[in-house]
Amino acid sequence: MTRKSRRLVLIAACGAVLALALGLILSAMSGSIVFFRSPTEVAAQTVAPGTRFRLGGLVKDGSLQRGPDQTVDFSVTDTNATVQVQYRGLLPDLFREGQGVVAEGTLGPGGVFRADTVLAKHDESYMPREVADALKAQGRWQEGKGMTDAKVSDSKPSDIKASENGTSVTGKTLGQRSER
Amino acid sequence: MLIEVGHFALALALALSLVQAVMPVWAARSGDQALRSVATPAALGAFACILFSFGALTYAHATSDFSVLNVVENSHTAKPFLYKLSGVWGNHEGSMLLWVLILALFGALVAVARESVPPTLRANTLAVQGLITFVFVLFIITTSNPFTRVNPAPVEGNDLNPLLQDFGLAVHPPLLYVGYVGFSITFAFAIAALIEGRIDAVWARAVRPWTLIAWSFLTLGIAMGSYWAYYELGWGGWWFWDPVENASLMPWLAGTALLHSTVVMEKRDALKVWTVLLAILTFSLSLLGTFIVRSGVLTSVHTFATDPTRGVFILAILILFIGGSFTLFAWRAPMLRQGGIFAPISREGALVMNNLFLAAACATVFVGTLYPLLLEMLTAEKISVGPPFFNYTFIPLAIPLLLIVPFGQTLAWKRGDVHAATQRLFAALAIALVVGLAVLALTWGGPMMAPVGIGLGAYLVVGSALEIISRARGYGASRTRGAAAIWRRAAGLPRSAWGTALAHAGVGVVVLGIAAQGWATEGLKTVKPGESLASGPYVATLDRVGPRQGENYTETTAFLTIRNAGGDFVGTVETGKRFYPSRKMTVTESGLLTIGASQVYASLGEVLPEGGIGLRLYYKPLVLLIWLGAVVMALGGAVSLTDRRMRVGAPARAKSKPLPPGMAPAE
Repeated sequence: MTRKSRRLVLIAACGAVLALALGLILSAMSGSIVFFRSPTEVAAQTVAPGTRFRLGGLVKDGSLQRGPDQTVDFSVTDTNATVQVQYRGLLPDLFREGQGVVAEGTLGPGGVFRADTVLAKHDESYMPREVADALKAQGRWQEGKGMTDAKVSDSKPSDIKASENGTSVTGKTLGQRSER
Repeated sequence: MLIEVGHFALALALALSLVQAVMPVWAARSGDQALRSVATPAALGAFACILFSFGALTYAHATSDFSVLNVVENSHTAKPFLYKLSGVWGNHEGSMLLWVLILALFGALVAVARESVPPTLRANTLAVQGLITFVFVLFIITTSNPFTRVNPAPVEGNDLNPLLQDFGLAVHPPLLYVGYVGFSITFAFAIAALIEGRIDAVWARAVRPWTLIAWSFLTLGIAMGSYWAYYELGWGGWWFWDPVENASLMPWLAGTALLHSTVVMEKRDALKVWTVLLAILTFSLSLLGTFIVRSGVLTSVHTFATDPTRGVFILAILILFIGGSFTLFAWRAPMLRQGGIFAPISREGALVMNNLFLAAACATVFVGTLYPLLLEMLTAEKISVGPPFFNYTFIPLAIPLLLIVPFGQTLAWKRGDVHAATQRLFAALAIALVVGLAVLALTWGGPMMAPVGIGLGAYLVVGSALEIISRARGYGASRTRGAAAIWRRAAGLPRSAWGTALAHAGVGVVVLGIAAQGWATEGLKTVKPGESLASGPYVATLDRVGPRQGENYTETTAFLTIRNAGGDFVGTVETGKRFYPSRKMTVTESGLLTIGASQVYASLGEVLPEGGIGLRLYYKPLVLLIWLGAVVMALGGAVSLTDRRMRVGAPARAKSKPLPPGMAPAE
């Protein structure tokens, strides 16, 4: 094999693998990406039924109901709109009424969100960033107040909150997830 | 007092690492050899200072010195002693200190290692390593000081996040960091080579042990993290394609490619520019990983509230090193003498394919991890790229890569013969096919991809074993059939051949474990004492639910008995909800019963007032193979390190200076 044809083979191989990777990325991009939606957006019917998306907000106070066979119903709210969520499975330990939550699933008929994954953060004082942003968009959120207050006071140690200044040492601090 | 000295030692390390970074460059300008040799004691001094500093912080944690803010925020007097120690790096400041400790350790190792490295290359390498250490120590001192005092000192601390109060925290971060940071050495070597404008097989040989060390530890670190997530998160997954996991996977993929391309460079004096690029890329991805974890820019289950100034600082570091090194690369790489182009069907051709697929896989992970960030910056649209994306893009690239692994081993350097290689691999292909078909027949009606994966895993394991056997048997005239002779020759094979075979077999074992998860089952039910829940071939019966007292928590425990389908007793499992009063936080502890390489996995849900519990029961066939395979891979790396050619040219090392800890596997 001549030097030229060897180079051609090499270039062809590079091109083929790169094209394969690019093709896979592009087709996966169109099919398997999940968008984040707030209850307000869902209420405005911007989401087509059957599309997978992530719903984020606060678990509405008093909305949690446990059904038979480990089914749970609760409502997710951004204080402007509320979406009913159905889930079967074990909820994460930090799932609480009034706390931030992200659920992934599809919108069923009748506007009920069927979740197959429920995420809550691993820290009492932490608010998922998307949820905080969504609440900000509703004007219901103030930085440095409420549950997300993560600022550590240097002067008064008694005020120090159990905030996580990057407890993820390694890359592997564990969030809380519950998936069916 | 010790705390202040520890803080001061860190400042001293900053100065020493600056000396280490500047002197060799200055020496090159002025031609003063004495100046250049300053780098070695400076590197050792910086390491000693950071070690002292780390020791001071560890002492503060061990003795629960609540006059130190870092201890107040992350410790508690009731915390078990092991977690007091591992809690040192269970927070941002302490983990960054561990990071630079390992960075300085590698700098010190390069300084003392008597390798046949030309003095200029060594001096420049130390200078680059010194610069990295300087910048990160500066980062700690200015934005993440672990030695901040509080006055008056509180009586009690806030305790460590209960999720981190686990043996995993003691093992996983140090392993992962040795891997992550170990690639700083290959980076430093690459930059040194670019500065010199010269690179050759000597360079490749000098870099190889460092790459092997870093790669082996990174493999172990990722595997340990995966196992930790598996049992701690309570839903039985072993890989989540979470940004923070991807952040450790990307340098692993690039590092694996680097490991293979340095072989080509050493043996065939080719792929020089590509190898240098990979060395830069691998450490850049490590830095990117640090940025992702430390700055909280990406939403992941791991993200926390973080201080934005830290993110900005790390971003600046990222731009300095990645931007700087790529600029240097663009400027100097054309000066490196290119090696020849070789035949596509040859050992080196197969290694090029390995590099191509690994790089492409790494690129897809990179896109999937950073695309959401880019999109949010550009359009404010929030998306999440999850497992479907990565499974769809990563697996089709991984399968051809795995298929060529045994071929690459079998092909000869320079000029390979596909036909001969296929003949030699015939047994492996046949066994794989038989195993795959047999499994398919036995599990008919189950998932179709799982038997394919089992076949692929078997092909990799058998292919690796065949490689050793056929090399031991010899070729042509020297071919032997005597078992004793084969055994003798196998023992005499180069350690690197054994290491390669082991590592590749380890990959096969991982593939077997992953494939077997296709048959994993799960059950979910509300059970009362006396009631049962089945999953796969096992049935769990709830015996009772009761309280239990731990060292710093109270637990509501569900006691389960596991029986097989025939009703025979297999074992017991306990899963519970632990309440940590110090943090007012509840954490689920999953219960595991190991049966061979398989596991029964129980996770406790809501405890109902009338005595019932929500119970999730998984059956995970052969799941332990995933992590055992990774251990075998790392073992392969360690065996390769003991190869004779790693020691050639370095006979004086052991006698002249006692080696610091951590160097031991290099011998």
